[in-house]
Amino acid sequence: MKYEVIVVGGGHAGIEAAHATAKIGHKTLLITGNISNIGDMPCNPSIGGTSKGIIVREIDALGGLMGKVADETQIQMKMLNGSKGPAVRCLRAQADKETYPKRMQEILLNLPNLTVMERMVEDLIVVDGKIKGIILENNEHIESNIVILTTGTYLKSQILRGFNKKDEGPHGEKRSNHLSDNLKKYGFKLLRLKTGTPPRIDATTIDYSKMKKEPGDNHVWSFSFDEKRIYDPEKQECCYLIYTNDKTHKIIRDNLKLSSMYGGIVEGVGPRYCPSIEDKIVRFSDKEKHILFLEPQSVVPTSKYYNSLYLQGFSTSMPENIQEEMVHSLEGFENAKILEYAYAIEYDAIDPLQIKPSLESKIIENLFTAGQINGTSGYEEAAGQGLIAGINASLKLKNKNPLILKRSDAYIGVLIDDLVTKGTIEPYRMLTSRAEYRLILRHDNADLRLRNYGYEVGLISEFQKERLDDKIERINKLKESLKNIKLKKEDIDDILDITSTISFYDLIKRSDVSMEIIDSLKKYIPEKDEDIIYEAIIDIKYSGYIDKTIKDVERMVKLEEKKIPSDIDYSKIKNLASEARQKLENIRPETIAQASRISGVNPSDISILAIYLKKEYSKNE
Amino acid sequence: MSDTICAISTALGVGGIAIIRVSGVDAIDIVNSIFEGKDLKKVKSHTINYGHIKFNNEIIDEVLVSVMRAPKTYTTEDIVEINIHGSIATTNKVLEILLNSGCRLAEPGEFTKRAFLNGRIDLVEAEAVGDLISAETDNARNLSMNHLSGKLSEIIRTIKKMILEIEANIEVNIDYPEYEDIETVDHSKMTEALQKIKELVDKMLSESNTGRIIKNGINVVLIGLPNVGKSSILNALLEEEKAIVTDIAGTTRDTVEGHMQLNGVLINFIDTAGIRDTEDKVEKIGVEKSMIAIDNSDLIIFIHPINEPIRDEEKKILDSIKKKKHIIMVNKDDLKSECNYDFGEEVIYGNTISKNGLDALKNKIIELFSLSDITKKDFTYISNARQLALMEQVKDSINRAIVATQKKLPVDIIEIDLTSARNCLGDILGENYKDDLLDELFSNFCIGK
Repeated sequence: MKYEVIVVGGGHAGIEAAHATAKIGHKTLLITGNISNIGDMPCNPSIGGTSKGIIVREIDALGGLMGKVADETQIQMKMLNGSKGPAVRCLRAQADKETYPKRMQEILLNLPNLTVMERMVEDLIVVDGKIKGIILENNEHIESNIVILTTGTYLKSQILRGFNKKDEGPHGEKRSNHLSDNLKKYGFKLLRLKTGTPPRIDATTIDYSKMKKEPGDNHVWSFSFDEKRIYDPEKQECCYLIYTNDKTHKIIRDNLKLSSMYGGIVEGVGPRYCPSIEDKIVRFSDKEKHILFLEPQSVVPTSKYYNSLYLQGFSTSMPENIQEEMVHSLEGFENAKILEYAYAIEYDAIDPLQIKPSLESKIIENLFTAGQINGTSGYEEAAGQGLIAGINASLKLKNKNPLILKRSDAYIGVLIDDLVTKGTIEPYRMLTSRAEYRLILRHDNADLRLRNYGYEVGLISEFQKERLDDKIERINKLKESLKNIKLKKEDIDDILDITSTISFYDLIKRSDVSMEIIDSLKKYIPEKDEDIIYEAIIDIKYSGYIDKTIKDVERMVKLEEKKIPSDIDYSKIKNLASEARQKLENIRPETIAQASRISGVNPSDISILAIYLKKEYSKNE
Repeated sequence: MSDTICAISTALGVGGIAIIRVSGVDAIDIVNSIFEGKDLKKVKSHTINYGHIKFNNEIIDEVLVSVMRAPKTYTTEDIVEINIHGSIATTNKVLEILLNSGCRLAEPGEFTKRAFLNGRIDLVEAEAVGDLISAETDNARNLSMNHLSGKLSEIIRTIKKMILEIEANIEVNIDYPEYEDIETVDHSKMTEALQKIKELVDKMLSESNTGRIIKNGINVVLIGLPNVGKSSILNALLEEEKAIVTDIAGTTRDTVEGHMQLNGVLINFIDTAGIRDTEDKVEKIGVEKSMIAIDNSDLIIFIHPINEPIRDEEKKILDSIKKKKHIIMVNKDDLKSECNYDFGEEVIYGNTISKNGLDALKNKIIELFSLSDITKKDFTYISNARQLALMEQVKDSINRAIVATQKKLPVDIIEIDLTSARNCLGDILGENYKDDLLDELFSNFCIGK
């Protein structure tokens, strides 16, 4: 039996990769250690959030699954950063840990062209530097043209609690024992990374009376651009906010040496943005209290996650008995029952500098990698890469150029460019601050930015494409007609001080005119679709800043167009600083723009490189 | 750039010793080939070696040769410096021999350029070195030395850090919106921070004007109708100050008639040829011509002879200089006064026969430019056009951010101008380390699940 594509792993990256290749029409095999674990959320019970919420919408724009399934299974929706600026608004769903994976499994198991198989993969078939298939733990060979590795944290994973180390994946799942060693054998550089997760608490054993409620928005939101969900905002689940206290801090300080982290048994590098509670207390010792959030995991009574709360902010590698003390020190948790103890997990990843912007490996042709194996962290980051890996696997099979999203196209573009250009030493998480062109990478325009790419690769249907074209046309039409709508003094007198008349367009541009004011004048807007109105308003209101960003983008794109020949010999370029030479040699950037983003490559190195390219290669042009 | 360069690195004809500097991969080999003494290829790095320069079996000069091996040298390349005891002719001869032995004559500033391209110094330092080389007066030399020590870089880094701190705070608010224990950057906090940044930037820019004066001198224009005594006043000033300096190319777009030093600051007298040369065509005296000279100067000295009444053309000129730094001098005060015009301000009287009034004129210049204590000031100003232009951009960005804050635009929008200000500061330093925002963010805020 031969496949066109084999996807190894059924996490968020594997799902999008397999769904994409199968949907485009390639005969695809997804291999996972446990079918009922496909789409599992081993950490927090939410999808989206700051910057990640934009990735989810980008996935939806390109034709991926994550946004639609999150919409279907959410138990609370919230738009974050409402007041901080149009670019940083992000949607977050509390997703049900029971129904989210179930829905994913249902979709994949019913997808034509996709076979799902429960096995462990331990090696690859590589012939002349090209992938030919995979080898299972029973030494069975399965052939394919393309392999996509989305192994998550399962490569030689170890679960750590205190001095206790277990060779297993999350939830005691089987780990892959040899695949990472075999990757090393083929020339991959391995990283040992660490991450962690907090304890889960029995919701019926805590006292909520002193906790601050964090309800969902009183507004109906959806990630998907295709189907607006209908739900009752009143009936959303609540999250809760609490704080640690002196007692908690003392327990942690007194037992610091017992944690895996401070006891010295952790080898992996953990993320700065996701420190354990003991890290927070050591690094910010003057802080009297730390914030924690309680998030419901499932509302399905038959689920193992029912009445189970995720204690965000309390991730730890302390032994179980100390965790008991720590949890009980929290206000309202005096009698709390821990359902699952917190743990740290270490796992192997590959150095992302060894992959191309297409996510194909530089070492083995037709081998793609996506998700945590590339050094990232987070469901959304994984899913975004999985989707791009699937799309590029398909394009490779069709002998077409890969889809490489630029930093000005999408957060997914920023993510992949950062990975393959800068590499990472800690699990990489997307942050709004990583995107320098974020004013044009908004959640609301993800479809305008990306849908056409999805259409070209075959993940977006004719119908969806027609809807997009119609939306674009209506936005442009609305922007024009707002110029011709004159508001009279008496129309807006009680809201604003104007002399006689003003066009709606100019009114929007005024900085003292808020979204609320515009909203109150909605009856004068000749368009009823909220999304279209919002888009037009943002375009008009922030046009000065948007134009500035677009100018910056144009400058970058120019550098992006300056390709560096793949056969370039950096040792021949005199006067490059040796650090820059080494980095360029190692990363082999594809464009001058990418080269300029490598840390340790200075502007002077870039000018030297540019001069060399001009001298050496322009004669052949 | 892989070739070896050489140049005479001391001023020709000044002092008894000249130094020729050679830098590049073949520096040691080339000098060794014309050197008689120890084998320079074998001597230790950073040593001075006695010997002779020999060419075609002829000894040219007795020399001391410093050998400095890469990378711990100014350019980070191998450097050899030849100390020559001889005359200008000998120095030129040695240079010629080096050029014939495989060296290329360095372009102006090329050693510094290499130091910068090789990552040895940052842009501010590189520019300061160029200034040091062309420093004409002691004060200008001090200014350059301060840049070298990184003082300017330090202040720019301080401003950059202030911007970075507020940006990091905004970013944390954006990425962790529900962390209510982290201070939120609201409009009042933003205003407060921006004001502090603005003060620093403004101070730097206003001081940089003094810096420019120290570096380039003060451009002075003497104007007045023909025959009022401009040339004699100029000559009297120059004659008295015997320290006439040679022309410095590029300090001004105009023809410089002469220089003098005042409290260590260079005073450049700019030619106003149009006025001087048209004595017999009084009617055609272009007020226009004077205007151009006025525009290009830091100081205008208007001269009127006491024995003539004020003419209409002169009134026009007086009007046009009101807004600029100027001094009114009434000349020929040894003659009978025919002028009862009220200038409406302090006027200096004098003449070039008894030299009366010349000291008053000089003191007035010192007063106008605060030159009396200029030597005691700490020179950390921006002193070149590139840095100044970027600093102006920083100022504009900060001002835009202040306006946006007043208009209560969302913080994320305001931050766009903060980021461009920070990038400009990075450009002044010639560095742009992209991840500094993230580093700031993670080291100052406790966040994460």
